[in-house]
This record gives sequence, C-alpha cells and structure tokens, in this order.
Amino acid sequence: MNDLLMIRKNLFRRRLRAILMIVSILIAFAIYGVLASFERAFNAGQERATPDRLVVLNKINLSQPLPISYYSRVGAVDGVAQLSPISWLGGYYREPKNFISAFAVYPEDWMKLRDSDFVFSQDARTAFARERTGALVGARMMEKWGWKVGDRIPISSSIYAQKSGARAWDFTIVGSFTPRIPQADTNIMLVGYDYFNETRSFGKDLINWLMLRTTSAAVNERVGNTIDGMFANSPYETTTDSEKAFQKSFAAQLGNVALIVELVVGAAFVTILMIVGNTMVMSVRERTREIGVLKTLGFPGGRILRMVLGESILLALIGGLPGLGVAMLLITQVRGSLMNFVPTLTLYPDIAVGAIGLMILLGFITGLLPALGAMRLRIVTALGRN
Amino acid sequence: MSSASDPMIGIVDLRKTFTKGKETITIFDGLNLAIPKADFVAVMGPSGSGKTTLLNLLGGIDCCDAGTIEIAGIRIDRLSEGQLAHWRASHVGFVFQFYNLMQMLTAAQNVELPLLLTRLGGKARRERVEAALAVVGLSDRLKHYPKEMSGGQQQRVAIARAIVSDPELLLCDEPTGDLDRRTADEILSILQLLNRDFGKTIVMVTHDPAAAQYARRALHLDKGHFIEKELAA
Ligand SMILES: Nc1ncnc2c1ncn2[C@@H]1O[C@H](COP(=O)(O)OP(=O)(O)O)[C@@H](O)[C@H]1O
Ligand SMILES: [Mg+2]
Repeated sequence: MNDLLMIRKNLFRRRLRAILMIVSILIAFAIYGVLASFERAFNAGQERATPDRLVVLNKINLSQPLPISYYSRVGAVDGVAQLSPISWLGGYYREPKNFISAFAVYPEDWMKLRDSDFVFSQDARTAFARERTGALVGARMMEKWGWKVGDRIPISSSIYAQKSGARAWDFTIVGSFTPRIPQADTNIMLVGYDYFNETRSFGKDLINWLMLRTTSAAVNERVGNTIDGMFANSPYETTTDSEKAFQKSFAAQLGNVALIVELVVGAAFVTILMIVGNTMVMSVRERTREIGVLKTLGFPGGRILRMVLGESILLALIGGLPGLGVAMLLITQVRGSLMNFVPTLTLYPDIAVGAIGLMILLGFITGLLPALGAMRLRIVTALGRN
Repeated sequence: MSSASDPMIGIVDLRKTFTKGKETITIFDGLNLAIPKADFVAVMGPSGSGKTTLLNLLGGIDCCDAGTIEIAGIRIDRLSEGQLAHWRASHVGFVFQFYNLMQMLTAAQNVELPLLLTRLGGKARRERVEAALAVVGLSDRLKHYPKEMSGGQQQRVAIARAIVSDPELLLCDEPTGDLDRRTADEILSILQLLNRDFGKTIVMVTHDPAAAQYARRALHLDKGHFIEKELAA
C-alpha cells in the first residue's frame, strides 16, 4: 500500500458521488477543449500572418472594391517588394453548398508572395503562370474533392456570372501546392485574374484587395502611410493594414468567438469549482475521525495535506483527461464538415497542455481549504469523546 | 538490559484544564504517576473523571498546562507537534473503544498504516503485518474489510495495528466497552499475552471490574487523583 492507493480509495469511497463529479469535470473540459480549439482555428489566420505583409483595402470596408490600376501605383511605392491583386470569387463547385475558397490573383506575383507559406513545384509554377484558364489548387482541396492535375472543373460564383451568361467557369487544374508551415491552409484555389476579369459580367477592372510584402517590417508604417496618402480624396480611398490586423477583422465578422468561449468556459468552470469544492469539503468532513486516527498513528499534518490535495487533483485529472479525449473526438468528427470555415481546426497541443495545467489548478483550488482544515485538525477534536 | 522496575511512565505535578467559553474546568492539578516498564495497569473511575484525557496526555495527542510527562526517558511535554507525531509513530500504540479502522482499507492495509511512516520496503512491511495479525489470531482475514468483520475481529485488527511498529507502550481506552463478555475476554487475553510474552507496557482504561482483573494492578481515578488497589493475579 502507499499514499496514492489511500488517495484513490478515499476518492471512490462514495462511488456515485465520485462518478458525478468526474462526469461534470469531464464535460467542462470537453467544452473547454472544443471551444478553445475553435477559437484558435478562427484566429489561426492572424498567427500565420507574416509581419512584413500588408493588405491594402477600400477604406469603407472589406466588401468595397479597389481599381486594378492601384496595382502598378502601389507597386511603385518605395519599400514595396512584391504584390498581387486579389479578388474573391465566392466560388462553389456544382452546388452552392459546396463552398470553394477561390481567389483570382496574378499567378507569378501571388506565388512569390506566398512562397514562405506554401511549397510550389517548378511544374506548377510554370503551368499556372502560363495557362490562362488554369487553376492552382491546394493539396487539401484536391484531396477533399478527389481532384487531380489535368481535371477540368466547373466553378460557379455566388457573386458573378460570365458575360456569356454561363454561371460556371471551367478551370483546368494545372498544379497543386503543399503547406510549408503547419498553419498554412491549403484548402484554397487560385485562378488567373486576367481571365476571370475579362469574362465576368460586371466588376470589370476591380479587385477586392492588394496583398504586398515590404522590404522589411520596419518600413511597414511608412509604406502604409504613403499608400493611403496617395489615394486620399480619391473615389477609392484605401486603408493599409498589417496582414494580422486584416485577418483579425475577417475573424471578427464570424462573431466574437473569443468572448463566447470565455463566457461559456468561465461559467462552466465557476460551477465546477463550486460543486467540486463543496463536495471535497463535505467528503473530508465526513472522515474527520479517520484523519484524527491517521494523526494519532503519527502521520504528520503536511502529509495529510498532501493526501487531500492529491485526492482533489487526481479527481480533476480523472475527469479532465478523458474530457480532453472527448474534445478531440468531437473535433475530428466535425472537422470534415467545417473545413471551409475553420480549415485548421484541431486540438492544439498547447491547448491540451494548458488544459492539463487548468486541471491541476482546479484540483488544487478545490482541495486547498479541506486540505488545510485536515492539516490543522486537532486530534482530540477529531476523535471526539471516546 | 532493562529491568521491570525501570520507569516507563513518569508524571510529575501534572496540571490539565479545559476552557469552555468563560468557564475553566480543571481535570488534573498536581497529578503524579509512575508506571514501570512491562506493567499492565487498569485505570478505572467514574465517567468524566479524566481517564481519556490522561491517555491522550500519555500518548502525546493532547498537551498539559503544567508539569512533566516522561515516557521511556523522553520528556514528551517538551516536544513540538511535529516531533510528537514522529515520536508516536514508533513509541506508542493506541486501541480505542470503537476500533477506529479505516473503512475503505482491508485488515492488512489498516495494520500496515503505521509502517508507511517507516523506511521499510513492501516485503518487510508485509511480513510485519502478517506477524502482527498472527499474534491476534487473524491470519485468515488479511483481505477482509472492517464491515465484513465482527466487533471483536475489528478490535483485534486495531490491536495488530497498535503493535505492528513494535512500540513499548500500548494505550487502550475502554477496548472492550463495545463488546460482549466472551469477545471481551478474548481481547483481554490478547492484551495480557502482549504484556506477559512481549513485554509491552499497557495502560488500559475500563469501567469493567472483570476486565481490570486481566491487568496487574488497577488505579482508581477520582476527582483528579489516583487511589491504587492491588488485584489478585
Ligand atoms: N476537548 C474538551 N473540551 C472541554 N472539555 C473537555 C474536553 N475533553 C474532555 N473534557 C471534559 O473533561 C472531563 C474529563 O473527560 P474525559 O477525560 O473524557 O473523561 P473520562 O474518559 O474519564 O470519561 C469531562 O468533564 C469532559 O467534559
Ligand atoms: Mg473516556
């Protein structure tokens, strides 16, 4: 026998009570794991943002366009190393529910811009730059739809139609790319801006935003100010922001997930804290006499303190670890269907590690008062009249 | 070698009071007591005369207001709470009226408890536990839980727990108070055996004159003082 065995036996002294506490802790940590991962995935765009990349947007808001002529004017600004126009297709494959994250770009410019995120094969590079109707499709999107290089795929837009009246564009997949860094999302498709621009029914020569790389993050502010100053008082005023800020405002449109996560998780944890804390106090009070006996036998107060704390921490871990397991399971279940909205959804290792820290903290807090009480308990009081 | 006349317990000028609110009750004032090694003393006296309080003081689980308590040469009235815990673990065994076993531990695990405070390894502990349970005649109950045992059996487990770390002093507070005559006799015979064959010094509080017969002598505690009566062996 050892202390751990005694701790375990004490914990399961009342089986039903222990199981109820374990289940409530399990649920709390399952919620925590899922929500924290969702929040992280929503904000992953900000984390994969590169510090020397800037985004030039219409000052009014994200949905307002900019003229393509800004491409060359911005490109001429001192400190701009690389840039590409980007247009959002609002694409889908065959049916509107098959949402496709597709952008029209200047192929060569865009690939240079995203070289730090993605690996482009030489073949893909040349083919995408050459083929007017070509599409470059990320590895995950290829896998998702079972596409291969050479396939002709019809992509419709929920925003635009073709001049000819056709709803769909037939693009030929000319190459694919894989992520260079783990956060880079390859569930996207790129098509050539020129072809798209010339064939669409309206919005000619407009783009949604410009993405650019500066020569160094140090000149970001000056470059941003120069660009915005250049277009001030024009019909298309701009606001130039870091990629990170851009992704953030993008995420904000999806709702303030962070706040929801904090509220739900906070409420769950306060409840758990009170239930488990109260139950621990009761459970230790019930064995006042046994604690008195242990002390009589010579168990020092500190060891009894550790045993009670050990019990509440063990309880939190027995509930919390499977809770994380459940979270992981739930995430794998929904990942496929939510791929478009939260492409990088997964139970991140640091969230799991943080959750384990939280379990230990929860156990510590709920066990502290009864543990101190047990440590300080006077034997004569504990044994009572005998 | 120690001879039977070496002192095991020496109490000099002991004072013990309890304060309940504004009221102070004096239990002992100027109590003296000497018990030699390997003695078996029955402490009798009316309810509320301070018998349990005396055992608590002897076992170092309660403190006196004044005077000295010396057990086997150690002034326990001078020890701190932590030192007392350490001292208790190897020098005294307690047996209570209501057994005070851990309900969620088996007989063997209950007996093993005091050994968790020693450096003994698992195998050595198991051997000692089995030996202690053999002394009280419970070798066949190692894996039984308290609720699966009779009162007499539980008390025997408690005695095994009290002797497993081989203390020289056993303090028993009405160990047969909850048992029928026959079972009480079994328990008392075990205590007698521990005194005679193992040389344990035993102080046993009891109400029962028949139980006191098992001791070498009886002390009557009344109004804070002792009156000694020799018993026929
Ligand atoms: N912790 C305590 N607080 C206050 N009074 C106590 C306490 N313990 C014992 N007493 C009082 O001391 C007296 C002696 O108690 P006790 O030693 O238990 O007597 P006995 O064991 O002889 O019946 C009783 O009057 C009891 O009420
Ligand atoms: Mg008493």
